[in-house]
Amino acid sequence: MTLVLDARHVAAISRHGEADYPAEACGLIGGAVEAHRKVAVQLVPLANQRTDSARNRYLIDPESFRRAQEKLERDGLEVLGVYHSHPDHPPAPSAFDREHAWPWLSYVIVGVERGRAGEMKSWVLAEDRGSFDQEPITTEERKVVWQ
Amino acid sequence: MAVTVLIPTPLRPFVGGRDALELEGGSVGELLDRLTGEHAALKPHLFATDGRLRSFVNVYVNDRDIRQLSQRETPVKPGDTVSIIPSIAGGTAVAEELPKLSHEEILRYSRHLILPDVGVEGQKKLKAARVLLVGAGGLGSPAALYLAAAGVGTLGLVDFDVVDKTNLQRQILHGTSTVGVSKLESARARINDLNPNVRVETFETHLTSENALDIIREFDIVADGTDNFPTRYLVNDACVLLDKPNVYGSIFRFEGQASVFHAKRGPCYRCLYAEPPPPGLVPSCAEGGVLGVLPGIIGSIQAMETIKLILGAGQPLIGRLVLFDALKLEFRELKLEKDPDCPVCGAHPTVTELIDYQAFCGIGAEPSYDGAEITAQDLRAEWQGNPDLLLVDVREPHEYEIAHIDGAVLVPLGELPDRLAELDGHREIVTHCHHGARSLKALEILKAAGFSKVRSLRGGIDAWAVNVDPSLPRY
Repeated sequence: MTLVLDARHVAAISRHGEADYPAEACGLIGGAVEAHRKVAVQLVPLANQRTDSARNRYLIDPESFRRAQEKLERDGLEVLGVYHSHPDHPPAPSAFDREHAWPWLSYVIVGVERGRAGEMKSWVLAEDRGSFDQEPITTEERKVVWQ
Repeated sequence: MAVTVLIPTPLRPFVGGRDALELEGGSVGELLDRLTGEHAALKPHLFATDGRLRSFVNVYVNDRDIRQLSQRETPVKPGDTVSIIPSIAGGTAVAEELPKLSHEEILRYSRHLILPDVGVEGQKKLKAARVLLVGAGGLGSPAALYLAAAGVGTLGLVDFDVVDKTNLQRQILHGTSTVGVSKLESARARINDLNPNVRVETFETHLTSENALDIIREFDIVADGTDNFPTRYLVNDACVLLDKPNVYGSIFRFEGQASVFHAKRGPCYRCLYAEPPPPGLVPSCAEGGVLGVLPGIIGSIQAMETIKLILGAGQPLIGRLVLFDALKLEFRELKLEKDPDCPVCGAHPTVTELIDYQAFCGIGAEPSYDGAEITAQDLRAEWQGNPDLLLVDVREPHEYEIAHIDGAVLVPLGELPDRLAELDGHREIVTHCHHGARSLKALEILKAAGFSKVRSLRGGIDAWAVNVDPSLPRY
């Protein structure tokens, strides 16, 4: 699958990562599946629920997930993935990310180096949970078509 | 009719793309076994290799988390809805350099290390943590002892008092051998003995608007064990401004309360109590008394919540206020909402820096009692010269039983307005209580009722016992 992000999603994820630096920022990506593409429509920024080590950990608790999912479902969307920032680290998943990952979801990571957002990559857990595989991101300037 | 099992999006590819399944079973465990029996590829995503539900997989029966019910044994009946809800965790590869544990520490903390929710990583987090205790008294004592015993690496203590014998009934951080010693030195010695791995940082000062931000900034979590409103509002506001969790506790007589205020995630103290009570309305422990075990219970709750915040374990007491009644042995819980108009943590805060908390709490604005008070020595001299002087004891009968001044008439403050007729307005009247606060209120009541020759004994019966009659016990 390919993850399709709108340019403003990319900008919003970067901004969220910069705003919460040096803590990790996180949120959900809502959208719809079209053929082999996960097309993002809406981001749901969430508060990092970790109080202990927000600099290198993030947590979206089940209540937040459920509320976000319900909100997306009301708009006819589903949870396609999660984004989070890696303050002062490259946008590659850690062993901790993999241990805690859900299958199918896209894990978008943005590196935030000294407060400035840099590279963004998306990863998907292999079905055997053995690895995280990079997933292509396509950035499209979407034309809004009113029907 | 079967039980409906709702499947979250990441797991739908494993069940043919469906978002819900109808399954038969009498318990959550049976349903999950049936689910993974029919869809084997789901199993590694729901269960760890040891067969336990993965930590980030949450199962709800209707609206309740099975971790709060009976886990896998939670019964289900036809018509129930079981939801599998993800929590999502992750983070960078290189954990912040958590300190290592020595062999001595591994042995010392072994009962923590074998708890899955603490383990080595949790114990290292405790070691890396910096907790500030405001007040080394009734609440600060058990909190400091348990946090030190648990291996919190750095404990900051703010206090300015010396240990007094009346503290020892509840302030278990101190002892008979440290009466007269500064509370901070007394606490340091006790903590070092309990756990020499703990670094104790002391601040021998009143917490003020001038120093609070500088002190609190250096810590991760604040445990508020203050006994007065100005400091409590000060701690709250400083924590909101610095985005620190504030683990709150307070006690009175047989009742206590506790909560965790963290404005980023829930309400703050001002959302609960927008304004302080008028000065003098709520008696302090010195005036009202407190059962010694009570701060032990509330301070221990504060220690527990602090540790949970450090570990990130369980449900913190954020957005909830626990009320404890020792006489009924009853815990009640109130849900707290964030006040959108809160002056410090609301959407449009008006308090954006620390203010004058004494003034905010109406302290310093009380009427002046110049000339309305008399010292114990002067009272003795005057009474000898004027046996007609009427000494009115406005304390409670049970206090009278502990100690009283011979010749004084007992009229408890609460009964005074109804018993004015018993007092002869032509005589010189001196009111007295324990320390001299209630007797000033009595003085106001008498003045308002037209009594003109009234004064109040400064320092109360305590001053009398110290300066005039050492045969009286102090309390």
